Amino acid sequence: MPKTLFEKIWNDHLIAELDDGACLLHVDRVFLHERTGGIALSSMEAEQRQVRNPGHVFCTMDHIIDTFPGRGDATMAPGGRQFITSARQATRRAGITLFDVNDPRQGISHVISAELGVTLPGLTVVCPDSHTCTLGALGALAWGIGSSECEHALTTETLRLVKPKQMAVRLQGGLAAGVTAKDVILHLTGKYSASGGSGCAIEFCGEGTRRLPVEARMTLCNMAVEFSAFTGIIAPDDETLKYISGRPYAPEGGEWDKAVEYWRRLHTDAGAKYDKELHLDLAEIEPTVTWGTSPQHAIGISGMIPDPDKESNKGTRQAMQRAMDYMGLTAGTAINTIPIDAAFIGSCTNSRLSDLRDAARILKGNKITRRIKAICVPGSSRIKREAEQEGIDRIFTEAGFEWRESGCSMCFYAGGEGFAERERIISSTNRNFEGRQGQGARSHLASPATVAASALTGFITDARNMAIQQ
Amino acid sequence: MKPFTTHSGIAAPLLRINIDTDAIIPSREMRRVSKRGLSEGLFAGWRYLYEDDKKLGANPDFILNKPEYAGASILLAGDNFGCGSSREHAVWALAEYGFRAVIAPAFGSIFYNNAVRNGLLPVELSEQSITALAEYSTRAPATNHVNISLENTTVSSNAGDEFHFDIEPLHKEMLLQGLDAIDMTLKHLDEIEEFQNRDKTSRSWAYL
Repeated sequence: MPKTLFEKIWNDHLIAELDDGACLLHVDRVFLHERTGGIALSSMEAEQRQVRNPGHVFCTMDHIIDTFPGRGDATMAPGGRQFITSARQATRRAGITLFDVNDPRQGISHVISAELGVTLPGLTVVCPDSHTCTLGALGALAWGIGSSECEHALTTETLRLVKPKQMAVRLQGGLAAGVTAKDVILHLTGKYSASGGSGCAIEFCGEGTRRLPVEARMTLCNMAVEFSAFTGIIAPDDETLKYISGRPYAPEGGEWDKAVEYWRRLHTDAGAKYDKELHLDLAEIEPTVTWGTSPQHAIGISGMIPDPDKESNKGTRQAMQRAMDYMGLTAGTAINTIPIDAAFIGSCTNSRLSDLRDAARILKGNKITRRIKAICVPGSSRIKREAEQEGIDRIFTEAGFEWRESGCSMCFYAGGEGFAERERIISSTNRNFEGRQGQGARSHLASPATVAASALTGFITDARNMAIQQ
Repeated sequence: MKPFTTHSGIAAPLLRINIDTDAIIPSREMRRVSKRGLSEGLFAGWRYLYEDDKKLGANPDFILNKPEYAGASILLAGDNFGCGSSREHAVWALAEYGFRAVIAPAFGSIFYNNAVRNGLLPVELSEQSITALAEYSTRAPATNHVNISLENTTVSSNAGDEFHFDIEPLHKEMLLQGLDAIDMTLKHLDEIEEFQNRDKTSRSWAYL
């Protein structure tokens, strides 16, 4: 019987179907961070439970540490130091590899999990962080879990799951110049709502997906959770193998050949059935920005803030009105005229080298508007070094951006740092929720190119126009 | 884990869609390496008034601060409740505050899994049924209790309304008996070992 990519990985990890209807699934890798890793490990110690296979568990520091140059364990996050030291001690006791504050391999969990080859195609990977779905871009079945399930995975190398429904999102055609994977996922969520993929394992497929570079695929899968998906996944291809080859934890020699042979069959067979299919024509998508407080409040850069009165669903209408009040906006305002107070480039969504290059191309030789605050936080210490070797750091700093150490940073108040009340931020991150980037702060999600262009002009700006001016 | 069999209590309507876990408990309210001490931070952004990031005190307009909803133990919410971040702190904060159940048209899937592992019952009902329960509760919050039976998978009002809900058997059992999922899985250790022995040959590259 023809099978989907998801089913192939699922079946190869299925240990047993239990009496209560749960599927007991093998978990190949667990990734931890200092915000929940320490809690999970100390809670296990209290229950006298052991980590079953510490060799398959990794931990990074990203959620609590600050991102200022020359940093140590000190952080402005309330109680922050305790999270850092407790994660450090607990991982040491359990024999888990830790990418500590000043380790050259340190970075945002999902960024380094790919970069180090911890995640490989066909593996099941979990992490107590909802954006673990990022790693589906490599053809892994990767999803976010809570602390209790994390303890379960650490203790048993398994999870009990109900098999999710499957959805295909078929991307057709190619992206117009200046349009990125971030715009695609924002567009998708805007079109089908933040619950459009509710509980589904979503395979991004079609010619448009295959044309995307691997890092762009990570951006696409990263926000599958903003579409309420169980996870996102993309079939591995030559580009994926090229990306993985030579990474520190990737197989080598004969094991590599054996793995490649296995990975070659990780694709959806002709005739395999999904529960649901969506089609997107990439050529129709323009740079996309959010105006409200849910990722579904997304519109094209040439669009206007929508009128809640034209929305027929009561719940949606009330949410739009609330969002408009919170954001200090009125219906009918053109999104590309809204002034900003801050610009942020970073997070597991858009902080990889290709993202920084995209932004640097726009910033090069230009200066940001003086009155705004602009910050760039590379996704990993390695990306930071690579960017510095290319001179990207100087482009950012000469333009007026702060250039930081790696971490989750101001995506969500990590490191205890947030934006001020009513400050309006154009941000390459993934969530524009109320208070996410600071109590009362107003976030507009966009691609790194849109963030860079907006930082230069001081209002939300179509980067394609900047390129023309240059 | 505290079992959930039946519960009857005050139901507070917070009928907004897409209530995310950042709203349920903001990052800045997660101050200790602990599953406890989180109820103060529950819905902090809405529950308190602020000036320049400093808490001024309770926001009297927020539903949980209204005297008639003191002691509420059931939350009525809009679609996609608990979307966003995987932080289990959202569930710990709700449970510590005193909530035993959340009723919404649909939940974020990580939140749902977190809830059933902590004795907090997530109930999926239609928007229409939730609106009816909210109207009923609003008429006299302190006395118009909402009643939930997990055994019968029903939600009812004292006015005679009764709604059926669906829940996966594994979640129902776990909640009814207060079972610990890890203990349940450890009973299958032999099967796990057998699987791994086979798997180490067929997918040797996956083992570090």
